[in-house]
Amino acid sequence: MVNYIWAGMILIGIATAFFNGSAEAVNKAIFEGAKTGVTITFGLISILVFWMGVMKVAEEAGLLKQMARLLGPLARWLFPTIPKDHPAFGYILSNMTANLFGLGNAATPMGIKAMQELQKLNPKPDTATPAMCTLLALNTSSMTLIPTTIIAIRMNYNSANPADIVGTTLLATFIATCSAIVIDRWYQRKERRR
Amino acid sequence: MYAIVGQASIWAIPLLLSYVLAYALYKRVPVYDMFVSGAKGGFGTAIRIMPSLVGMMVAITIFRESGALDLLLKTLRPLLDLLHFPSEVLPLSLLRPITGSGSLAITTDLIAQHGPDSYIGRLASTIQGSTDTTLYVLTVYFGAVAVRHTKYALKVGLMADFVGVVASLLVVWLVFG
Repeated sequence: MVNYIWAGMILIGIATAFFNGSAEAVNKAIFEGAKTGVTITFGLISILVFWMGVMKVAEEAGLLKQMARLLGPLARWLFPTIPKDHPAFGYILSNMTANLFGLGNAATPMGIKAMQELQKLNPKPDTATPAMCTLLALNTSSMTLIPTTIIAIRMNYNSANPADIVGTTLLATFIATCSAIVIDRWYQRKERRR
Repeated sequence: MYAIVGQASIWAIPLLLSYVLAYALYKRVPVYDMFVSGAKGGFGTAIRIMPSLVGMMVAITIFRESGALDLLLKTLRPLLDLLHFPSEVLPLSLLRPITGSGSLAITTDLIAQHGPDSYIGRLASTIQGSTDTTLYVLTVYFGAVAVRHTKYALKVGLMADFVGVVASLLVVWLVFG
């Protein structure tokens, strides 16, 4: 599906440009897009290097295992395929916690560490496991307690109460996350029956 | 209330960092050595993500800059008017799963145009805050472990985004409508 979306965006874009007579826009978009990709990557390096270092310290101190034990029941229900007390649980839970507090910068390295741990359990390294899909489902619908960026923007535009969307956001994101979990479960079952 | 919440999110990272370090020192972990050994992996991981990010960003930029995105929005508009979906937030809902910075720009624009405390302003804020950039998350997470067959992950993410938009619409309408 990713293949079709990717090629589709490019081909439809080029076709549209052809009818609009704006092939130049495509040429420019290729360079701009590639540059954006590299810029994001370089932005990620500093964050990844720092937080992966901190995560290693937390792991060595036994903090990840502690956290995994604390929220174990919920995590084991969400990820039934991961063996009990596996370090992946610690990373998954730190990723979920960071998302919850809106710490996107910290959440990404933790999520990536979790993916790397899950990859160790993967019998087919080029194919996603059900646990990976569940982790992605949780992250794409990211539960956030405080949408800080939005509140800041609303403040900039002189909102009478910049934070009055916290409640609606929380409810909407809760519904989205729950349905992500349910849809993910449904696909998991479907996959297993095959 | 807002002040407390704001302060809490400002202090979250410093407190987390101090807690990890203090606890590790108490457990006699050689903190600096461990930090360095863990941090080593960060660079390689970022570089492994780069090809996927470059590919995705090029496709998204072509789609947007060629005018294909505007065309898609124009085609869908009559259908959405039929469903009483406020067409102002349509570009936002369609772009939200694809580009984080792009959708944030649209949200800012909607807030500037309609006012932060208008129905549209609140709806845009809620949509922006309640879902994440699915395509970006997928690219980064699967790119980091070189997984090529992502199975149903994209479908689940996009469906959750759709639910998020519909839920935002309903909740904002019920609370502020």
